Amino acid sequence: MDQANSSFSAGIGSAPLLATEGLTKRFGPLTACDHISLDIRHGEVHALLGENGAGKSTLVKMLYGALQADEGRILWNGAPVTIGSPAEARKLGIGMVFQHFSLFEALTVAENIALALPPRGRRELSDTIRKVSREYGLPLDPAAGVADLSVGERQRVEIVRCLLQEPKLIIMDEPTSVLTPQEADLLFVTLRRLSSEGVAILYITHRLSEVLALAGRATILRRGKLVGTADPKQESAKSLARMMVGSEVAGIERPSRPETAQKPRLVLKALSLPADNPFATALAAIELSVNAGEVVGIAGVAGNGQQEFFDAISGERLVAKEGMIAIDGQPVGRRGVNDRRRMGAAFVPEERIGHGAVPGLRLSENVVLTRHGTGEDISGGYIIDRGAARAVEERVGERFDVRRSGADPKASALSGGNLQKFIMGREIDRTPGILVVSQPTWGVDAGAAHTIRQALVDLARGGAAVLMISQDLDEIFEIADRIAVLSDGRLSPAFPAETMTADQIGLLMGGVHHGHDGASPAEAHHAP
Amino acid sequence: MRLELVRRPEPSRAMMALSPLLAVALTVVAGFVIFTLYGIDPFGALYVYFIEKLTAWWSIQDLVVKMTPLIMIAVGLALCYLSNVWNIGAEGQIALGAIAGSILPIFFPDWHGPIVIVLMLLMGILGGMLWASIPALLKIRFGTNEILTSLMLVYVAGFLLDWLARGPWRDPNGHNFPNSRPFGDGQLLPVIAGQHVTISIVFALVIAVAAWLVLRHTLTGFQIAVLGQAPRAGAFAGFSRNRGIMLAFMISGGLAGLAGICEVMGPLAQLRISVSPGYGFTAIIVAFLGRLNPLGIILAGFVLALSYLGGEGVQITYGVSDQIARVFQGLLLFFVLACDTFIFYRMRIVRPVPASATVPEVKHGNA
Amino acid sequence: MGMLELQGLILTIITAAMPLIYAALGELVAERSGVLNLGVEGMMAVGAAVGFIAGYATGVPAFGLLAAIVAGMAMASLFALLTLIFVANQVASGLALTLFGLGFSAMIGDKYVSVPGLGLSRIHIPGLSDIPFVGPIIFGEDPLVYLSIVLAIGVGWFLFRTRGGLIVRATGDNHTSAHALGYNVVRTRFLAVLFGGGCAGLAGGYLSIVYTPQWVPNMTAGRGWIALALVVFGTWLPFRVAVGAVLFGAISILQLSAQGHGIAIPPQFLAALPYLTTVVVLVVISRNRMLMRVNTPACLGQAFVPDR
Repeated sequence: MDQANSSFSAGIGSAPLLATEGLTKRFGPLTACDHISLDIRHGEVHALLGENGAGKSTLVKMLYGALQADEGRILWNGAPVTIGSPAEARKLGIGMVFQHFSLFEALTVAENIALALPPRGRRELSDTIRKVSREYGLPLDPAAGVADLSVGERQRVEIVRCLLQEPKLIIMDEPTSVLTPQEADLLFVTLRRLSSEGVAILYITHRLSEVLALAGRATILRRGKLVGTADPKQESAKSLARMMVGSEVAGIERPSRPETAQKPRLVLKALSLPADNPFATALAAIELSVNAGEVVGIAGVAGNGQQEFFDAISGERLVAKEGMIAIDGQPVGRRGVNDRRRMGAAFVPEERIGHGAVPGLRLSENVVLTRHGTGEDISGGYIIDRGAARAVEERVGERFDVRRSGADPKASALSGGNLQKFIMGREIDRTPGILVVSQPTWGVDAGAAHTIRQALVDLARGGAAVLMISQDLDEIFEIADRIAVLSDGRLSPAFPAETMTADQIGLLMGGVHHGHDGASPAEAHHAP
Repeated sequence: MRLELVRRPEPSRAMMALSPLLAVALTVVAGFVIFTLYGIDPFGALYVYFIEKLTAWWSIQDLVVKMTPLIMIAVGLALCYLSNVWNIGAEGQIALGAIAGSILPIFFPDWHGPIVIVLMLLMGILGGMLWASIPALLKIRFGTNEILTSLMLVYVAGFLLDWLARGPWRDPNGHNFPNSRPFGDGQLLPVIAGQHVTISIVFALVIAVAAWLVLRHTLTGFQIAVLGQAPRAGAFAGFSRNRGIMLAFMISGGLAGLAGICEVMGPLAQLRISVSPGYGFTAIIVAFLGRLNPLGIILAGFVLALSYLGGEGVQITYGVSDQIARVFQGLLLFFVLACDTFIFYRMRIVRPVPASATVPEVKHGNA
Repeated sequence: MGMLELQGLILTIITAAMPLIYAALGELVAERSGVLNLGVEGMMAVGAAVGFIAGYATGVPAFGLLAAIVAGMAMASLFALLTLIFVANQVASGLALTLFGLGFSAMIGDKYVSVPGLGLSRIHIPGLSDIPFVGPIIFGEDPLVYLSIVLAIGVGWFLFRTRGGLIVRATGDNHTSAHALGYNVVRTRFLAVLFGGGCAGLAGGYLSIVYTPQWVPNMTAGRGWIALALVVFGTWLPFRVAVGAVLFGAISILQLSAQGHGIAIPPQFLAALPYLTTVVVLVVISRNRMLMRVNTPACLGQAFVPDR
């Protein structure tokens, strides 16, 4: 603590708070960070911008001591330092808020926070947590179990944990990806306040609007290299995007919906599903109809029943009544996933590894995963026709530009974006009449995301009904024709996309109960 | 300087083949050390342990007799472990197979012939399945840990067999020995080679090859692989996890039961208070040494059968406890597991960061 | 049943519970850190053999017990090496440890099978220990009985009242986060497994030096497995585990005394009781999925390799 105070007074000097010189990290043949030199000034909000796989996470892990650089050095207040571990980073005054929270579900809020701080008394810690969390508008109950908290509350725990370390620099990794627009606005208020108190913030994101709204400076990474440092006030979303992607960003081509094809293909009627464990969400009386030719987007913050919603529609969990789900007019609520596939439905779950694909199996074997019960292409029956599966694998690979190392590799050998393209392609290759997809471009680089989104629109315009569950509002606005919001297991009506704004969606995300916050301007999100 | 594991992008095929061989080699080295510590000529002892039994026809027969149940049981266990179902109670399922298969000759001693033999085998399989269905049902219905329940049932099966052999099923003309009456020729498996190699070795080999084909080419094999590696993906593929659990227990229990009744109908020729010298546990080692591949299990069964005989050999020649066989078996499994790591990982030596950078100089810089 | 007989029964039940308490408390700490060590039976067996031999060689029971602890820890470190450094499958490695331990103990104990054991004298506090009935039960046990109470309380205090315990629980709940916060997952688990091994070794030593007291191959007779079941039964809470151990001690002693009283049930059925009870108890506890889900360490049995 004493060190933190002394360095603050000294921080007014000329040296930046933190600087890197030629920081490099290699993983085998891949250079994740290639001679990165940047500096972060006292009290600034510094955005680190780049698409998935640009090297942001690797860079940040080196700054937080979770990884060691192969080359280059880190300067703290002008002096070279070795950050050998997260504990050393914290001692210097660097705090981190993780994207996938590093919280312990089985422990209480206070215990979670205690783990990141030097030992101190329990009572004193609880009091401090209450005080600091209230001061920053992030109220927390120290005795609450983390397992019972919502996603937004969990982020509060992360932030308060970070604040209690009295850091000089806070690193935030994609903090708004799990928040409603309103929650994100509140977070921005907190961040600005911290910045005004002299705390520097390194803000990692791929959302350009947030950079424009929040950051004083932005450093852009592309494929492990530093592209440049920009002043967001001098830039537009478009120019930033160009720096990030390296070329003009192509838009999605969206031909208008064919007027003739309006027949409902997937219909949910009073769809309910009880929670199967204490931490799950129950679905309540969901009504939705997805028509031929359209993409319906389901917005919502993680943990509001998306998983259950997907499982119910795919048939991985059967619902109580046959009539709750209908495919092309046929009730299927009690039928299994392969029955639904045979009727022309296809599914792409959120989790690629271990749900949509088996990492230890080859791509052709992963083709068998969703086709053995439908009789398409691999017609061998009880004996698996490996040759036919290989043929499908080749076809999908070519059509969707899946970059593979050698012929028919294991799924685990593919990068996230390539595997997602493969899984997506595997299902689109079946020319389904209904496609249900969850988080289609989660953790996928911009090129692959574009391919996937375009494929979804094309599939719909070809006459299929596409239902897309996504937490990414930008994505929903980009391709959805209608938008519904899932909140606490309830689904709002589906509104035409052109009539919706991010704010309205945000209010629906919060549910009707706490939708009071209409006043605060949502500068971070704009409908295109 | 420290060691760090680095995941290989693709599992190493070379290590897959090499790992079991390396493990056997390391076990031999360990044996060398142990014998030396015991003050025994290590070369002589290793010869007796690993080579001598391969030089005489009678001991080769013994070897085949011992590897038969090991292969049968290990094939079932391999299917189980590939499904990520942990049946470790094969020893009890052997006993129940032996008991159920012995019902006919004990209650109808005069009934002989091929039909009886086939029925006995089938009942043996059923007995093993029945016993294995208990942990399977408990896991499916209540989520009870199958490792502990299947193992507890080993003890229960042991007591059940003990009670039958000493009590109601004891041979009335057997001078109070805890055995059933001896079974007749028409109740025993035909001998196909030497004095006591029965047809059961053919069963074992056929089962192993069949299991290999099933695993490699059929939907059942695919289901086992998917459910074992990624249960959620299994549900996504429309496979039932519960049916997968039941299937794994039924196959492994049935094969253990078959091994049990084959012991009774072969080398033992009667039901005794103990029908297996720990085959059910040794088969776990066989399964892993065979890399859970049924064809590999045939070779592994041979190695472990040799370890039993070698143990007896050094006991006779050097007076070491024959328990040394179990030590070798345990060591072998240790080495297999350690060597298997290198299929998926490389070991890398990490040198400390160059000494130029030092821990915070902030303090005096600011003072 | 006379008072004296009842008193004797209670005393034997308590001693019968001791190996279970020690082994289960040790395993509890290991499992709380996220490691499932199925090798308890093997560690106990080696502890029993080594403890017996060391006690026999020196004639000092305390030395035997100490040797048993060291032997258990040595076995545990083998397991830790395999599962934490070589990230081998924990279930298979635990089985390997048990198979090896049973064989190894039988091998080194071969010459000691018919040798009389040492025993451990009970404490005697003049006056207090002489009070009829309660005196011997409360003030006249052997020292390890009192130590087990200290251990149960100590483990509870450590896990829930100290920072070290917090780190152990955090590691078992989410090793990735623990690593991200800068805690050394492998070191924490190594220590927890070593503690478990020491306790299992002591449990084995108690069997061969105090309880029986003699050495017989396979004398652990599944107690290591029952200890594993007790950890589940006690939902990873030290106090419940200790109570469970006493209950199991009672069952195993009562069935013996029933056999002794010539009850008209085949002795094999009575002998099977503790194992059947284990199955039943596991079923009853796992039916409560809520309780299981909340208490089971989330990373139990999962290998940890720090990602890049």
